[in-house]
Amino acid sequence: MTAAVSAAAPPDYILQAQKVTKRFGGLVAVRDVDLEIVRGSIVSLIGPNGAGKTTFFNVIVGILDPTSGHVRIGGQSLIGRPVRAWLEPVVWFTPAVVIALLTALLFAVTGTPAVAALGGAIALFGLAAMFLAAIIRPRRYVALLTQAGIFRSAKPNEMVHAGIGRTFQNIRLFANMTALENVLVGMHTKLHANALDALLSTPRARAEEVRAAARAEELLALVGLAGSGDVVARNMPYGDQRRLEVARALGSDPTLLLLDEPTAGMNPRETADMMTLINRLRTDLGLSVLLIEHDMRVVMGISDRIFVLDHGELIAVGTPAEIRTNPKVIEAYLGKPPE
Amino acid sequence: MRVLRPAAVVIGALVVAFAILGIQQFENFLTLGAIYALVALGYTMVYGIIELINFAHGDVFMVSAFLSMWIITVPLGLADRPIDNPLQLTAVLVIVVLATMVFMGCIGVIIERFAYRPLRHAPRLAPLITAIGVSFILQNIIQAIFSTSPISVPQIFPKTKFEILGGSIGALNIFMVVVAIVLMVALQLFISRTRLGRAMRSTAQDREAAELMGVDINQTIAITFFIAAALAGSAGVIQGQYFGSIQYNLGFFAGLKAFTAAVLGGIGNTTGAAIGGFVIAFIEVFAAQVGLARWSEVAVFTVLILVLVFRPSGILGQALGERA
Amino acid sequence: MSAPPAVRNGSSGGLVALIRAHRSISVLVGWALVGALLPFIVLVPPFSTFQAQSLWIGGFANSGVFILLALGLNIVVGLAGLLDLGYAAFFAIGSYTYAFGASSFTGLHVPFWPMLLVGAFAAATFGILLGAPTLRLRGDYLAIVTLGFGEIVPAVFLNADTYTRGTNGIGGVAQPALPFLQFNFSDPVPFYVTMVAILAVVMVFVYRLQGSRLGRAWMAVREDELAAASSGVNTVTTKLLAFALGASTAGLAGVFNASKLGIVSPDQFGFAVSFTVLAMVVLGGMGNAWGVAIGAFTLYEIQSVVLKGLNQFFQQVQVPFLDTIDFVQYQFLLYGLALVAMMLLRPEGLFPSRRRQRELHQVSEDVADVPPPTAALGD
Repeated sequence: MTAAVSAAAPPDYILQAQKVTKRFGGLVAVRDVDLEIVRGSIVSLIGPNGAGKTTFFNVIVGILDPTSGHVRIGGQSLIGRPVRAWLEPVVWFTPAVVIALLTALLFAVTGTPAVAALGGAIALFGLAAMFLAAIIRPRRYVALLTQAGIFRSAKPNEMVHAGIGRTFQNIRLFANMTALENVLVGMHTKLHANALDALLSTPRARAEEVRAAARAEELLALVGLAGSGDVVARNMPYGDQRRLEVARALGSDPTLLLLDEPTAGMNPRETADMMTLINRLRTDLGLSVLLIEHDMRVVMGISDRIFVLDHGELIAVGTPAEIRTNPKVIEAYLGKPPE
Repeated sequence: MRVLRPAAVVIGALVVAFAILGIQQFENFLTLGAIYALVALGYTMVYGIIELINFAHGDVFMVSAFLSMWIITVPLGLADRPIDNPLQLTAVLVIVVLATMVFMGCIGVIIERFAYRPLRHAPRLAPLITAIGVSFILQNIIQAIFSTSPISVPQIFPKTKFEILGGSIGALNIFMVVVAIVLMVALQLFISRTRLGRAMRSTAQDREAAELMGVDINQTIAITFFIAAALAGSAGVIQGQYFGSIQYNLGFFAGLKAFTAAVLGGIGNTTGAAIGGFVIAFIEVFAAQVGLARWSEVAVFTVLILVLVFRPSGILGQALGERA
Repeated sequence: MSAPPAVRNGSSGGLVALIRAHRSISVLVGWALVGALLPFIVLVPPFSTFQAQSLWIGGFANSGVFILLALGLNIVVGLAGLLDLGYAAFFAIGSYTYAFGASSFTGLHVPFWPMLLVGAFAAATFGILLGAPTLRLRGDYLAIVTLGFGEIVPAVFLNADTYTRGTNGIGGVAQPALPFLQFNFSDPVPFYVTMVAILAVVMVFVYRLQGSRLGRAWMAVREDELAAASSGVNTVTTKLLAFALGASTAGLAGVFNASKLGIVSPDQFGFAVSFTVLAMVVLGGMGNAWGVAIGAFTLYEIQSVVLKGLNQFFQQVQVPFLDTIDFVQYQFLLYGLALVAMMLLRPEGLFPSRRRQRELHQVSEDVADVPPPTAALGD
């Protein structure tokens, strides 16, 4: 199944899911699924309804924590079963407790109330700082957690920072915002103006907004929605809404795009347009794409590789030609032929 | 038998409560628990079926207390004097309780019909705000009719007490707890065994599917509100008779505590609401007993916040409906 | 918004576009105009016959407190979509912070002007503290928890009497002072001018936030939290910032109110206040800063002037039933009725933003109904 590789470099995987399992109580929705995406390729995930495709998707993007297994993005393990999550609150309180103890010691020695007050204030400040760090999660903090052996699976917005963009099976646009605003939200991680910049309307913030609007227009044009920036998302035709979702996902300059049934409900011409768009994303922007699809024309037409899920398990992997003739796949979709 | 273990747990819990509180406060605990349980049932049923926190429900309870007072005073023309003749007492009680429950049930249906039903598909903020508006309207109507000061309720129940374990329990308390239990059991049977109850459960689970199966959604929701308000009505009768004095702002805090009870027991779960009612009553009575009465409200709210943050599904999780 | 707005047809199009392009200046000009005109409008009958100009001006300054509260709650409820029913808690924090910092009770006398910032900061901190537990809660539950906090905070101030003098409250709170002027109770004009200035600045900030990256993040979280997170928005910091910034105006209002009244007590911060401010935001038009300001001003004046006026009027004219009603007492009944009517007829409020009007009058679409943000797990 793996392509014949020369003895030199291992394949450059942008995403590597290893033995991902997701259990909901007694129901195993996804079991031991391995999935790799070579950088710059288009991979499709197919399978009958209820096979666990969207659950798998949701694990990859950080909405669900896997029961076991992990997912590596660009070599870094970002998604996995939480390890020692209970330890994190301990980390928060440790500096404050240490300072408090030192203060108590000093106070016992010197007897000056000022020392106690100062120490108490520092302890409280330390506690507040740890809480803030837990919320903002700067790099030093995450490194500290890793050192303590604590692993927390990445959340959806952190996966966006890691270069993942996604669209939804049932369109989830910001219905009452314009197309341009939708894309601007997609660009959230690429913009850096914070609340203070906004309040003071700094030149930096204003310049950034102008640049952002221009870039958003570019993205709209890329997906074929040029000039529709001011249309409220809810009022757009269905096909345009799907394309707007793609534009929004592109806003964060992702390296991997996850598309959940992008052609659902489309007629053949719209489907062909979407296929062209996806191909262009790969060739022009160098994106890798993971696709959940039911439309076999799309799947066979643009995939480099296909992974087939059934009842939560991987039953086949291969090129379109291989999958088309794979007996297990045929059986999963059509059932066993009558004896 | 299946009933044996939960029954044992309940009796065990009651014994523990009794041991901690002592006989006098135990009386308070039982009555308050009955009241909170009955009101909590209303919250939990309405939330289970239309996912709305009916802010006005506490005030429905308050109105019913006033209504029961009015029924005793005006049409029945009774004075503040216990009725000794058991036959007469029974008749009066039946009339007061039934009339209050039925009338309040109708009010519940009317509120739903005019204030909530038009907003059934509106964004969640709208019915919530309307509910608050209805709450204020009810409070102010009562204020207008009866004034802002506390009103005393004629105590018609004989003051017989039973000597138990170094203290006494009033016949009134026993009566009230019995009424509460009978109503709660009746509700459980209704929900689980009747066609209408099934309609309620299915609507709570998946409204569209129920509709497709032929369930009349409007009627089902109306019935839910009727029952919820009727139960609050019975609680109002108990409140009036036991505490003897009622005021227009009674509903706000009682409602919040009853809602906490519903959340504690698992919103959407009727058994949970009943249990939650007694747990909250215990917290309140215990707080008063250890001299922290002033902080009992803070304590109840803290319980609410802790439950919602750490275990939003409550003690018993969800039975009426399934929410992510 | 950042993109140049499309200029609509019509003669007003030019002016509207001009205002939108220079938002901050138009807000400042607007408030300067309003602030300058109001004291003169009340010199004209029927206003002048109702009460003296100084009483009017004092009333305007008080209404400013509520406008500030409404602007803040607008950020939390209107922009970020977080239903906060206990907003008065932050008002209390602001007031008590100032009382601790500048009253005869503590003996400290920190000047008013820096205390404004301290009060706002204290309230913002509590916004974060009280908002943090609510982050994972949905609409109704969030409302109830905030309601709980709205009750707990004043209850703590009430019961912790050694530190707060409990139900008596803290008196002897200092008035503001400028190098050339000491504010006092008999002259409302300095208070009025101060409030207009504060409101102008706050509103500039509100509009700037609304049109910024943060404002868009708030709207996104309000529309669909999961989609927002999947687009890279850190919903935790976004919501906490909404709480913090929203609470900060309540802090400002608290400091101002404490200095104007001279006394701070727990009964100033009950549910009635939270509810009134919510009514102002809802009736005025959620999401629209000017709309909310007008709504707040109108409601406050109705409460303090119109209702009293109705009382006076009916008593003078001696209309049989109506002269026995105390309209002031039943204002909450009217609020309740108004809110119910609003929700049924015009849920976007009197002066809604276009966006809110869109949201609340959804024409049913056959194409791609965007489903409500329930969990889309394992679809």
